[in-house]
Parts: sequence; structure tokens; C-alpha cells
Amino acid sequence: MLTPVLSDNWDQIRSWQLASYQRSGGYDALRTALRMQPADVVTAVKDSGLRGRGGAGFPTGMKWSFIPQDNPKPKYLVVNADESEPGTCKDIPLMLASPHTLVEGVIISAYAIRASTAFIYVRGEVLHVIRRLHQAVEEAKAAGFIGTDILGSGYDLDVIVHAGAGAYICGEETALLDSLEGRRGQPRLRPPFPAVAGLYGCPTVINNVESIASVPAIIKNGADWFSSMGTEKSKGMTLYSLSGHVARPGQYEAPMGITLRQLIDLAGGIREGHEMKFWTPGGSSTPLLTAEHLDVPLDYEGVGSVGSMLGTKALQIFDDTTCVVRAVLRWTEFYKHESCGKCTPCREGTWWLVQILERLEHGKGTEEDLVTLLDLCENITGRSFCALADGATAPITSSIQHFKDEYLAHFENGGCPFDPMASTVFATAGASA
Amino acid sequence: MAENSSLSHATATDRPVPYSTGDSNITDTTIAEMRALAARYPVGRSALLPMLHLVQSVEGRVTPEGIEACAEVLGLTGAEVSAVATFYTMYKRRPVGDYHVGVCTNTLCAVMGGDLIFERLKQHLDVGNDETTEDGKITLEHLECNAACDYAPVMMVNWEFFDDMTPESATQLVDDLREGTEVKSPRGATICTWREAERVLAGFPDGRADEGPTGGKATLAGLRLARERNWTAPSGRQGGGDGAAAQTTVSPEAAAGPRPSDQPGKESGTGSPATPDSRKED
Repeated sequence: MLTPVLSDNWDQIRSWQLASYQRSGGYDALRTALRMQPADVVTAVKDSGLRGRGGAGFPTGMKWSFIPQDNPKPKYLVVNADESEPGTCKDIPLMLASPHTLVEGVIISAYAIRASTAFIYVRGEVLHVIRRLHQAVEEAKAAGFIGTDILGSGYDLDVIVHAGAGAYICGEETALLDSLEGRRGQPRLRPPFPAVAGLYGCPTVINNVESIASVPAIIKNGADWFSSMGTEKSKGMTLYSLSGHVARPGQYEAPMGITLRQLIDLAGGIREGHEMKFWTPGGSSTPLLTAEHLDVPLDYEGVGSVGSMLGTKALQIFDDTTCVVRAVLRWTEFYKHESCGKCTPCREGTWWLVQILERLEHGKGTEEDLVTLLDLCENITGRSFCALADGATAPITSSIQHFKDEYLAHFENGGCPFDPMASTVFATAGASA
Repeated sequence: MAENSSLSHATATDRPVPYSTGDSNITDTTIAEMRALAARYPVGRSALLPMLHLVQSVEGRVTPEGIEACAEVLGLTGAEVSAVATFYTMYKRRPVGDYHVGVCTNTLCAVMGGDLIFERLKQHLDVGNDETTEDGKITLEHLECNAACDYAPVMMVNWEFFDDMTPESATQLVDDLREGTEVKSPRGATICTWREAERVLAGFPDGRADEGPTGGKATLAGLRLARERNWTAPSGRQGGGDGAAAQTTVSPEAAAGPRPSDQPGKESGTGSPATPDSRKED
């Protein structure tokens, strides 16, 4: 049912240190990879069926193969460790518990695309994670896994840990590149794609932490091993992150295609005395789903077939004490705050969305406001450079689709019918604000 | 905006901030460290974000002098550096206290109690969002998602995690910080000052990576269940070709070697003399 691979060493003593990681077989895959031709490493990752774990699900090996090797410019690998999609909390614990899994993946992946410099762009708001990444890179350098002529292979690589400074948009890959170049983090128009003109205008691969961290296991155990897990088009194991109103929230590493019903069961069920109301399959930018979707396979195709997206597998679970209008307003405020301001529909539209939702939550809206909201969403989605705008409209349109009555109840009631204390974790402990 | 300052919802952002206080702490050492940061990258400008973190560690905020120093080192104009500094939420124009206390009020944490915690702390500390207590100890700010949703409601102190908070544990936490009591993050190190934290973010490690556990209860929830029920991933490729590889292929037994913490429920990894998770682990 569960298949710990990435998380398998997390209960080891000092699992973040090189010695502990090597006791668990760490850096064996690097030795294997360095005896292979770079192109064969790309092929192995292609054959494994690994798809990007940052949300989009693009095949990782295919992304690598887009790097034009006849281009004389330097090639770069950039790890997107800017985990900040609301609900998403898998990369941070991975890097905290086992930064070497990522570092080993970085070295193998950089070797595959023949990059001589790799960057780990980690959000700035996670001090201890940054400490452990710094230390892991230093340990790997001292052990000869990073530097010149790595393990006698003739391959040279430098790895730089780079802390961001608080901007959700920098999780968007082209905005991340601008930020890494020391600029405001604003998305670029594509094409050209980063594989052709990325960091400093050079061929660049950008991958999510979990994608890169999955590479050592694939090289070590083989593409067939990886693709023996999961479903037809969504291969391998992955980290599912359960949060919210379940008995035991946390990280659950399982094959692609497990259902939320199974995961909630593993997590001890919905908190006692309550029922599931709605959930997000992969962060706030993925349209929310309800109890009728509990048996949908959590893979790219399954979640897509019910009108949402697998995203980052950030399963935020909300029970019947949660006001959906409050939840959606808060997410919308987030998108408003994080819109980089480059594209007008997103910059202006998110402010309008917040104004209308505020009115609705306070019971001062009308049914016409719902029509306006949906009309606005139509004018925002798909009309900006990046997907932030699309993400901003996802919770609104999906919540109106599933919970229109609750919006209506707000203005029939003259305000929110929910008690905000009832939804808290300390509601039953008798605590109060 | 002056007429706004008398309204009750007025925040620090409505009040003017001096362009320069004239007592910059930036020295030749700072400039040398900025040059060292720039030298780490293929193109120096990539060091601008780390350099601005360094400015904050020296100045306690992003000062005009700090902006000019970055500009000089990178060959940019002050306006170009300002344009970057004002884009990112972590860069502060007003002095930050010794402890930057963040409360996540994004949807999941808000619903799980973050909103009530933030309200309680505003009352308790008598400050608004993005304001600092009069003793200069604590700057309170509400945060967007900090990637720890499985520990909601979440707070951050100088960008270290504080998990599963309640209004009571939150007020206790800020009281401890103000009184100078040593405070440890349940998934991190002993709390340092905000300026010290900013120096690490700039790229100058403080040697404290080994403090704290591998993860908290939620991080290990799935793994513990798998151990309990003997669930594993399929076994991988055995043998590995040539001699060098033989030693590199680890059998499940070998990999399980020194694994004293397999027993479900037993905390592992705190290792060092540091106390076990002091706060929330049960």
C-alpha cells in the first residue's frame, strides 16, 4: 500500500548527514551513473516514465532531451525548491530529512544534460532547510562528489544553494530564472523555452525537488523497477501530503494512482464526529473536489478526468465545519498578494475578485455577484503569461460549481453561517482566542 | 495617505520611514563579503538576492546605504537594486525586531486556527500586522503558506518552524522570546536573532545544521505506518555488473543495518545533546 523510497531513510539517525545517507546506500547511484554515457542516463529516466512532480507532470527525461547538446553555450540545471503552492509541503520535509537524496539527484541529472553548474533555488523562508542543504553540498564536495573530475570520471560540476526572498511567483520556472539572475521574479514569454534559452540565455533544465530526488533510485534500481509502480501513464512512487481535518496528517509515499479514500484511511480517517466536505488534489490552484471524488485514482489522468489536476499531490482536507466562501476568499487574497503585476488580467482581476468575494462573505452580495465573478474568471483564465492567473480562478469556479447554495446562504443569512472556532484544531480542547 | 494614519486599521505601512538614519553599519568587510557572494555565480548579478539578505543581517533592514553598496558592487544603479528589493516580501524597509514572528493565515492554517492565533497575538503584543513591539523584540507578520500544512496551524520565528500551534502556545512562545528564554524550533535549531538568520540566508552558514530532528511526527507518519505493516517498495535490481558496483549494491538487510529507530513510535534523529523535540511531539 505504501512504498517508501524517497522517505525510506527519514527515520535513520541524523539522516541528513553524508555518513547516514551512505549507510542507506547513498551515492551508489552516482557511481553507476558516472559509468554510463550521459545520453543513457537520459534514456533511463525517459524509460522509467518519471513525470514532473512540481505539478505539471511533464515527462522529466523528455525535458532533458530538449537540451541542444550541439549548442556551444554552458548548460545549467536549476532545481525548483521554491515550494509555496498553498497546501504543498513535500519538498521541504524531504530536504530537511535527506538533503543528500536531492544533491545526489542533482549531480546525476546535471551529468545527464552535461551541465557544469547546478543551482538549488530554495525559498528563503525555511532557514533550517537551507542550513542542511548548505551542509550537504559541502559534505558532497569534501567527498569528491562535487568539484572537478568527480570520482575520476573527468566530469566537473559546481552546485550552488541559492535562497529566495519571499515571492510565490518564483515557483513559476521562468520567473525563477529571472529571480536567479538577480531581477524581479516575473515570468517570461515562451517560446523560447528554457531548454533553448534559459538562465543567462543558455540551455537550462528546471525540475522540481521531488523529480530530481527520484533520479538516484531510478538509476540504482532500473527504469523497469520504477515503472512497475503506479498506473499506465503515471509511473512510480510519489509523496502524497495530507493536511487539514484528518486524524494523522503527514507525508504518505505511495504508488501513483492510490485514492484519497485509501489515503484518508491510512491517516486515521476524517477527524472524529465530522465528514469530508471538500478537498484539493494538488494545492489551491487545482479545482477543488468533494466526497463524490474519493475513489478517483490520484494520478495525472484520474484527477484530470474529473475536471481538476493532480498538481503537487497536496491533499488539503476540509470537513463540514469549514466555510467554503471563507476558504476561497483567503486563497484569492493570496493570489492577489502574489500576482507579480506583469499581466493586466491577473494584476487587476485578482483585486476585483477579492472585492466581490469579500462582499459575498459578509452577506452583502447578490446572486448577480456570482455571475460577475464567473464572468471575471473567464476574462482572467488563459489571458496571462503564466498559470498564476488560472490558479486564482480555479477555487472560485470549482466552489461555485459544487457549493453554490453555500454562497447563496451567505446573503440569505446576512453573513457567514459558520463558527470559525469550530473548524480549528483546538476547538475541542476548550481553548479560545 | 496621511489622513489614513488616524484610522484604527492603519498599519506601519501608512507611516513614513526615514530614507536614511545616517548610521549605516556597512563596512569594508560587508563590501568584501558582497564581492565574495558575486564571485560564486557565473554572472555576478545573480548574487543580488543573497546580497540584500546580507544587507538585512548588517542593517536590520534594507537601508539606502545597503542598496547603494549592492549597486556599486554589481555595477547597477540604485534604482535597479531598489526595483528588486521592493519586489520580495522578505526584504523589509522598516527595522525588524530581534525576532520576526510569522503566523500562517493562508486558507488551511487559517481554518485550522491561524486566524485566531494571529488575532490573539496582535492583542497580546499590542501591534498590528508588520509592526514591531516597543521594546524592539518582536515583529509580527501574517504569512502566506510556508510549506508545512501537515503541521497546521503553523508559525515561524526567524524562519524556523513552530508546529501545531494554539493561541496559548503562541502567546507562551512570544513571551519566552521577549524574556530571553532559550527557544528551540521543534524541527530546527535554537532560535537565533533575525539578523543572524539573514546572514545564513545570504549564504554564510552558521554551523548549526545538525541541531534538531530529521522531521516531526507528520513527516514520518507514512513511514512509520509502512514499518508497522511491513510495507516496502518492490525490491530493486540486485548485483550491479563489475566489481566496483558489487559493493555499491545494497541489499535490504544491509540497508537496514544500523537502524535502531525502526520501532514505530520511537523518535529518531535528535542525536546530539540537544533536547528531544521540546514542543509538540507526543
